[in-house]
Amino acid sequence: MRHLLSAGDLDAATACLILDTAAELATVTDRSVKKLPTLRGRTVVNLFYEDSTRTRISFEMAAKRLSADVINFAAKGSSVSKGESLKDTALTLEAMGADAVIIRHGSSGAPHRLANAGWIGGTVINAGDGTHEHPTQALLDAYTLRRHLRGGRGDLDGLRVTIVGDVLHSRVARSNVLLLSTLGADVTLVAPPTLLPTGVGTWPCRVSYDIDEVLPHSDAIMMLRVQAERMQAAFFPSAREYSRAYGLDRARMAALPDDAIVLHPGPMNRGMEISAEVADSDRAVMVEQVANGVSVRMAVLYLLLGGSGDLTDGAA
Amino acid sequence: MTNVILDGSDMGRAITRIAHEIVERNKGASHLLLLGIPTRGHPLAVRIAAAIERIEGVAPQVGSLDITLYRDDLRLRPARALESTSIPASGVDDQVVVLVDDVLFSGRSIRAALDAISDLGRPRAVQLAVMVDRGHRQLPIRPDFVGKNLPTSLEEQVRVALVETDGVDEVTLTGSGEDGAA
Repeated sequence: MRHLLSAGDLDAATACLILDTAAELATVTDRSVKKLPTLRGRTVVNLFYEDSTRTRISFEMAAKRLSADVINFAAKGSSVSKGESLKDTALTLEAMGADAVIIRHGSSGAPHRLANAGWIGGTVINAGDGTHEHPTQALLDAYTLRRHLRGGRGDLDGLRVTIVGDVLHSRVARSNVLLLSTLGADVTLVAPPTLLPTGVGTWPCRVSYDIDEVLPHSDAIMMLRVQAERMQAAFFPSAREYSRAYGLDRARMAALPDDAIVLHPGPMNRGMEISAEVADSDRAVMVEQVANGVSVRMAVLYLLLGGSGDLTDGAA
Repeated sequence: MTNVILDGSDMGRAITRIAHEIVERNKGASHLLLLGIPTRGHPLAVRIAAAIERIEGVAPQVGSLDITLYRDDLRLRPARALESTSIPASGVDDQVVVLVDDVLFSGRSIRAALDAISDLGRPRAVQLAVMVDRGHRQLPIRPDFVGKNLPTSLEEQVRVALVETDGVDEVTLTGSGEDGAA
């Protein structure tokens, strides 16, 4: 494996290798010199066609901690706004000698195209494509779950994870279902029928329309953002009604088992899918998810770029 | 063709002697931090520390230092899984760090370890203890404490086995085969 395009491409051993590597790399944060020489002389391009705060900064920090050179490319203010195609942008980056391209794109499948069209020779890492996948988010969620609920080691066998909200527009949900089920977790999706994609029945998870029925059987609950910017139609009557039916407030949090944790990929709509009270409670691990994101992305960059061959050779 | 160079009791005596030499050189066990290089350097460091405790009545601090991310041959092989690094909370600043490894060969691992240490802080001094020095250095590095000096040819393979990792204590020299374990 030379690219990271889908969480579904990872088998359990490779996923655990990434999580174990991330756990070792996390200690760099506590050192006086927060830098490793491992990727010195390598160039990593952040190619972001969509807005992003935490993912771009997280990848940038991860690459810099490994001493790679980082170039940030935002579609706004670049030749893309003059009409340049993905292909021509890719050829330009290849000519400049990028070793890895981290791409976020509004169209599902753009990273796959970039990796397989022969435009560039380097590694491609999917940082979120349309409503398709966001594999490093799933990895950091798995890392966070493992740290809190499995003592930081092994897989997630038997862990009950509930993902609530706008599954239809969520690349986070798809990547998490694929990765967490590979790691042995029992995943349940909860959403109104209008916010579930067609074909969800073939996903390796259960589906429910009733959040209150699932809460007492959840070791962790992940709230998804309602993605208003991707909604051209009316998927639910009103924000208030959505919030009442699927939002996580204090009363619902109390229905969770005592040691259950609350995750959110961010950015949060406080008052919509999650109440401010829950977001600020000590059950919520959002801030830690951000910190873990840097470690997990360092692990992905090290395993894909640090050696000569591909990732799965290293797992052997 | 495999010869046993040191058996378990030979290795025990070598560890006791290294412990005495470390204490003698450093005039006691205070400010000592033994850092083992995984995999086999770490159990060796634990044993040397236990021997020092028997001599001095004070146990020196022990940690492990993975050097994978500092290696100069990373790009020649697929990315490798990382070993554990654990540094005592007091850190390396102003400590006498004794690096512990099983076999000293090219010296490149020790070069990587020195780089790793300088990113962790500024020790008072860094010393090197190895179970076997097999020669063929490619860098200007020498050990301070040696269990066994073992002249070898490049074709030979030196292997240090430990109860903790391999189920048996012995040092073996294999006549043919690939480059050594260091």
